[in-house]
Amino acid sequence: MTDAPIIVTQKLKKEFGDKIAVADLTLEVGMGEVFGFLGPNGAGKTTAVKMLLGLISPTSGKGEVLNAALGDHKSRAKVGFLPEHFRFHDWLTAVEFLNLHGNLYHMPSDQLNKRVPELLELVGLGGHSQKKLGAFSKGMLQRIGLAQALLNDPVLVFLDEPTSGLDPVGRRLVRDIIRDLSERGTTVFLNSHLLSEVEITCHRVAFIRHGEVLLTSSLQNLVEGEITVEVRARGLGEEIVAGLSRWSQNVRADGEHLTLTLSGEADIPEINNYLVEQGVEIYAIRPQQLSLEDLFIEIVGTEGGL
Amino acid sequence: MTTLVIARLTFREAGRRKILLAALLLGLAYLVIYGLGFYFVDQDVNSSQFGPGLLELNQIHNFLFMAGLYVVNFLTVMMAVLTSVDTLSGEIASGTIQTLVSKPVQRWEIVFGKWLGFAGMLTFYLLLMAGGTIGLVYTISGYVAPNVLRGLGLLWMNAVLLLGVSLAGGAVLSTLANGVLVFGMFGIAFIGGWIEQIGSFIQNQTAVNVGIISSLLIPSEALWKRAAFEMQSPMVSALGFSPFTSASMPSTLMVGYGVVYAVLALLLAIMLFNRRDL
Repeated sequence: MTDAPIIVTQKLKKEFGDKIAVADLTLEVGMGEVFGFLGPNGAGKTTAVKMLLGLISPTSGKGEVLNAALGDHKSRAKVGFLPEHFRFHDWLTAVEFLNLHGNLYHMPSDQLNKRVPELLELVGLGGHSQKKLGAFSKGMLQRIGLAQALLNDPVLVFLDEPTSGLDPVGRRLVRDIIRDLSERGTTVFLNSHLLSEVEITCHRVAFIRHGEVLLTSSLQNLVEGEITVEVRARGLGEEIVAGLSRWSQNVRADGEHLTLTLSGEADIPEINNYLVEQGVEIYAIRPQQLSLEDLFIEIVGTEGGL
Repeated sequence: MTTLVIARLTFREAGRRKILLAALLLGLAYLVIYGLGFYFVDQDVNSSQFGPGLLELNQIHNFLFMAGLYVVNFLTVMMAVLTSVDTLSGEIASGTIQTLVSKPVQRWEIVFGKWLGFAGMLTFYLLLMAGGTIGLVYTISGYVAPNVLRGLGLLWMNAVLLLGVSLAGGAVLSTLANGVLVFGMFGIAFIGGWIEQIGSFIQNQTAVNVGIISSLLIPSEALWKRAAFEMQSPMVSALGFSPFTSASMPSTLMVGYGVVYAVLALLLAIMLFNRRDL
């Protein structure tokens, strides 16, 4: 999945006056990945995406998107982008808007005539094709913006907070679209601070704070790290508890309750077998996985975005 | 290709936002009022007891015609600035520019496309207004001013020059600051032009030089003065001074400077927009 990188950056930095928006952006995103870019508000997520799209030129550092230097306009033919502040020409109708952007992608009109109704249907705006964007709600604008980002069947899509204006139904729609894109091999670069949607959709995540990437990891690895398991059982003798040290250095027994820290969930069935063999009656084994939210706070800290 | 898409979008925006409609209606209102005014003045002059001499009549017609074109020039300049002052700065501020620039297009194509769209609109507007004025004057009195095409070309240059300045300002400034800049420059050129005019009339070379310097700052008034000089009747030239004509004719060099200025303003707009973080 992640053989050829589609985005590579080295020490990208952006200063606005004396304010450092992005201090050091070094990352790689593989072809076909759904990449979550996480951080509190003001961490530099949007500035980073804008540099990757050539909207902002970096103060220093370099990078490549689709094997072309940042800012190369030709490579953007295969890129889609939904900006964070989705403001569009509100005097255009939905169809005119998509046709305009299709023209900017240099799409031939017969292709557009087919693609535009499809996309309007996909984002749930099939019945509003002739309505002016000025009459659209925030959610509808975000949907049409998403359709705009998918017009050219992109290889790489940047979605900057794509669900900020959406209700739960809209959020699910975006999730489904991301999953669908992923299944078709499209790379998705998702800026978000909504961790639940990242948790559901992303393969890999990067945490950013004060313009610096703190950690990049596959979601699997993150969530598959050390886990705590709670056991409720009867007949936990001292010897039996001592025997658990094979799997865990951190075992606490308190009557029927047993808490132990494991290096991964693969140990759970073994512990289960061991306890059963020792004649322990087990009522419950509950792995307490760290949620992405816990991880986020652990990695980024609680000072939050300002 | 992209430039044409953007040019068409610019036209469509002016149409949708009722800018074209307002300009057309007010333009027609101007033509109606001008036509009525010209008709009655012409009638009155013709029917006066002694009747004007042929030369005198020519002079009156030219004066009225130049008064009309003065208004046309002013309105076209207003159109040039007011339609374009917001086009880059407004789209940058609102963020609508982001989805345009992130397409497989080059930034100069967007600026040039906008320029083309506005220049097209201005051409249409100028042809309507100046054509209407010329047509009315001819229909009512049979008078045609000299060098009309050359004059209109200079008026067009003037509008396009200010369009370029307004686009360049809009690439770096907010809409309000850009408006202040462009109208401020227009004002400098305007007052400089008059100082030059009066200086030339009273033969004060320093005043003339002040006018020339202001014309170098922005040669918009100079282009109008040259256009007025081209179209004024020889009689008026002999008289030497009239509010709508020119005592001190801007040189051909100044006209060339105006053309270069208009091109450089567009190039500057492209360069500034290219470097702008969006």
